[in-house]
Amino acid sequence: MSYLEYQVKYVPSGLRKVLYLHWPLILLVTAVAAIGVLMLTSVAGGDMSRWAEPQMVRFGLGFTLMIAAAMIPLWFWRNMAGVAYAVALVLLILVEFFGVAGKGAVRWIDIGFMQLQPSELMKIAIVMVLAAYYDWLPLDRTSRPLWLIPPLVLILVPVALVLRQPDLGTALLLLTGGGAMMFLAGVHWAYFATLIGGGVAAVVAVFESRGTPWQLLQDYQYRRIDTFLNPENDPLGAGYHITQAKIALGSGGVTGKGFMQGTQSRLNFLPEKHTDFIFNTLAEEFGFLGGITLLILYGLIIFFCIVTALRQSARFAQLMILGVAMTFFLYFAINMAMVMGLAPVVGVPLPLVSYGGSAMLVLLMAFGLVQSAHVHRPR
Amino acid sequence: MRRPEKELERASRIVTRRGLVMGGLQLGLVGVLGWRMQSMQVGQAEEFRLLAEENRINLRLLPPDRGLIFDRNGVKLAENAQNYRIVIIREDAGDVDETLAALARLIPVDPAAIERAKEEMARRSAFAPVPIMERVPWEHVARVTVNTPSLPGIHAEVGLSRLYPRGQDMAHVVGYVGPVSDFDMTRGYLAEDDDPLLREIPRFQVGKTGVEARLEHTLRGSAGTARIEINAAGRVMRELGRDEGVPGRDLQLTVDSDLQRYLQIRLEGESASCVVMDLEDGDIRAIGSAPSFDPNLFVRGISVADWRMLADDKYRPLASKAVQDAYPPGSTFKMITALAALEAGEIDSEETVYCPGHLDVADLRFHCWRRGGHGNMNLHDSMTQSCDIYYYDIGQRVGIDAIGAMARRLGLGVQHDVPLSAVSDGIAPDREWKRRTRGEDWRIGDTVNASIGQGYVLASPLQLAVMTARIATGLEIKPRLVRSIDGIPQPSGRGESLGLNENHLRRIRDSMFAVSNHSRGTAYGSRIDAPEMRMSGKTGTSQVRRITPEERRAGVVSNEDLPWERRDHALFVGYAPYDNPRYAISVVVQHGGGGSAAAAPIARDILLQALYGGTPPLDAYPSAHRGRIQTQQQEMEQRAAARAASMRDRA
Repeated sequence: MSYLEYQVKYVPSGLRKVLYLHWPLILLVTAVAAIGVLMLTSVAGGDMSRWAEPQMVRFGLGFTLMIAAAMIPLWFWRNMAGVAYAVALVLLILVEFFGVAGKGAVRWIDIGFMQLQPSELMKIAIVMVLAAYYDWLPLDRTSRPLWLIPPLVLILVPVALVLRQPDLGTALLLLTGGGAMMFLAGVHWAYFATLIGGGVAAVVAVFESRGTPWQLLQDYQYRRIDTFLNPENDPLGAGYHITQAKIALGSGGVTGKGFMQGTQSRLNFLPEKHTDFIFNTLAEEFGFLGGITLLILYGLIIFFCIVTALRQSARFAQLMILGVAMTFFLYFAINMAMVMGLAPVVGVPLPLVSYGGSAMLVLLMAFGLVQSAHVHRPR
Repeated sequence: MRRPEKELERASRIVTRRGLVMGGLQLGLVGVLGWRMQSMQVGQAEEFRLLAEENRINLRLLPPDRGLIFDRNGVKLAENAQNYRIVIIREDAGDVDETLAALARLIPVDPAAIERAKEEMARRSAFAPVPIMERVPWEHVARVTVNTPSLPGIHAEVGLSRLYPRGQDMAHVVGYVGPVSDFDMTRGYLAEDDDPLLREIPRFQVGKTGVEARLEHTLRGSAGTARIEINAAGRVMRELGRDEGVPGRDLQLTVDSDLQRYLQIRLEGESASCVVMDLEDGDIRAIGSAPSFDPNLFVRGISVADWRMLADDKYRPLASKAVQDAYPPGSTFKMITALAALEAGEIDSEETVYCPGHLDVADLRFHCWRRGGHGNMNLHDSMTQSCDIYYYDIGQRVGIDAIGAMARRLGLGVQHDVPLSAVSDGIAPDREWKRRTRGEDWRIGDTVNASIGQGYVLASPLQLAVMTARIATGLEIKPRLVRSIDGIPQPSGRGESLGLNENHLRRIRDSMFAVSNHSRGTAYGSRIDAPEMRMSGKTGTSQVRRITPEERRAGVVSNEDLPWERRDHALFVGYAPYDNPRYAISVVVQHGGGGSAAAAPIARDILLQALYGGTPPLDAYPSAHRGRIQTQQQEMEQRAAARAASMRDRA
């Protein structure tokens, strides 16, 4: 879609755009963020200033960014895709040299008012750049091996950088997110079948390599896998966190123990209760009803995104929206699977709920792009 | 770049198709998450809730207050005194060594206590208070409190600990408590006891000896519980609920602590024991063993030096000789031999036996204590003068089985049910006993020895007191040490009639009266002169060695020339008043020499003290002795006052 095309179709202009925003999506996002603020208040023992207030400030900032992004025509964002990717990549490389360490990994760079996690930025940049790439690429070349190389490089370079930090969760997210983009763009099924076959082989290789000189993963990553597979074997050691997290979740029952009444999180049995494991506090205090409500809200966000994407006629918009939806889905699916003991603990936050600035800002930006596509879609 | 419309449509179709595939996959995964959530929170909720409760709630035991022990007049014999102790909390202390060193500069601290505290700290969590010292004097507590800022993690706390206000007077009766040991719980008397208090409370105090140990379960009470919410680190967050335990039950003993004190002081200097029984209900009015020790030392944790002193003393202060020692009763056994013969109809009381000073039985020569012999002896005279030949003769005639049976009937050779440590059975031998325990046949010489309470016969001072009580009343009196538990009276020890012929008993009693009131009686020198209080009794001198024929030829060596361990035991049993008996007594002075010289005066003094309920008037004593007795009484009163004062100070 070019500037000319854009001009000839009817699109709202100026402040009238506000009326054309996808308001249900905005409401859903805000509702999820509100649940987050509520839970952050609870895990701080009622102290809003500890996590809830900074989180609200970030949400406010992110919300503003989202609306601002929505106001800007989509073609601008498509043209910015390469720049965004380049910036994210440079920042990711800078982490290597100027990164701030935390929890055994170097993931952040200090940009004055906050600590930025470039790998979060990369999650959205990679969606943009791949959408732009396939928008540019003629359809009949999509599955040609030569034209698979550029997207693979675009995906694997940041994945490699993130793995060095080390951050297995984000690397997985980038890899899956990028792969999903390629799948959506129409890359032939056979490639994915091969990839999955190769993936299974890789998993075997990872396990087989353990303890040998060419060991593929770090020891702590192996321990996490062990813990995932058999948390009960070592309930006081490596499996402690996941065991306690499951107890918190399960003990919530149908209706939960009540706001700020969750004993597992109140008494610090629950690990990382304000970040990765915040869902367990929600499930403990508001029970199955609380947990399923959040899951439904997430599902609705995905649903509205897919519906919006299918109503688009521009390829970039379609791919970008579905990519954002996929990334968002991967966030909460991996996090929930992890805290319910269905997946290894890899360190993925619960989107819009977990305490953390970068993910919040980046996700709201991404929804800003979705809104932009929605507002500026040809009618 | 323009794209053909067709290509655009195809591209859009592919994206739509693949987008729907992706959406379907996502929906499926969301379904899996929802199902998992449902199965954990609905299906397994109970299971997880239980785990969460287990995580959260700890039951903390609240030790119950141990029951108090009183004497018959309500005097406290064992109480729970508040005391200050100094504890350290590791996580607050920072540098533990430095803090303890600072404490040691401030107040005197036993280095061993510091080592103990460090060991305990290593075993317990960082926030658990570990006691360093107990029973800290007030000025030291004040010094620690004032210096709190420089002693991080160190606090003074108030705790309860056992105190025995009557100290050594009651040591062998009341016993003492101490921290429960592994031995107690594995092989000791608490092996069957699964009370969580024993395992959960550090240094929980249990009875170690005496009433404290034997009535442990009455005195202990049951633990209360506090439901405590703890966090992941084990720190107490708050108390959720509290169930106060049941305090231990209070005991009232039958012992009269003033009489007991007199008894202990009177026995002082000897290795001796004495039992005073009330003939009305079998109450043990006093039961003592000398020398004694201060039970409070054990509660505090006795020092090695103190322990060695007590353990190495040849007078055995730790032994409760009144119940756990058994001695050959010697001549005090003669009543049993005589009663057995009378009841069997083998003799009548006027029948005489000639005593030439010795008797030959089956190639062995048995001697009377008087080498020249007593001449013709009837029951009365043989008892009064303690002739041995008379009993050798009647003993052989009635036979050991009848003698053993009579001994058991009168309370020898059977265990009496008193809540004291290591209560001895003694031995009332007969043929069957010897076969069973020695695998040998009974020989006639054994009967001869047994008939005068030597040989195999053994009796504890308590058993001798019971025997005397039964002879004095003709009733099967049982000793009673506990008068009431929590105010509920315990059954009286006054038993049914023994079924003995009253005439026979009267003969025996008359003879015993003569022992201390007839001028030729062996205890005449220790008689009571007050007409309404006169005492009946029997002396005994039991050999602890065999006198070889060579020694006998060389002339009997007097006790004073022998080393202490080889001297005779001196015994006396008696009761008073002779015509309306109220108290029975037995006294054994280990290696004390002759019964009439060493044991009878003690028995007389203690009986008088019991009869008059305090210091007796001088005219209860024979006029010739009054001067000496007056001096003795004054001295005793001074010692009792001094002892009372020293115990008050300590408490």
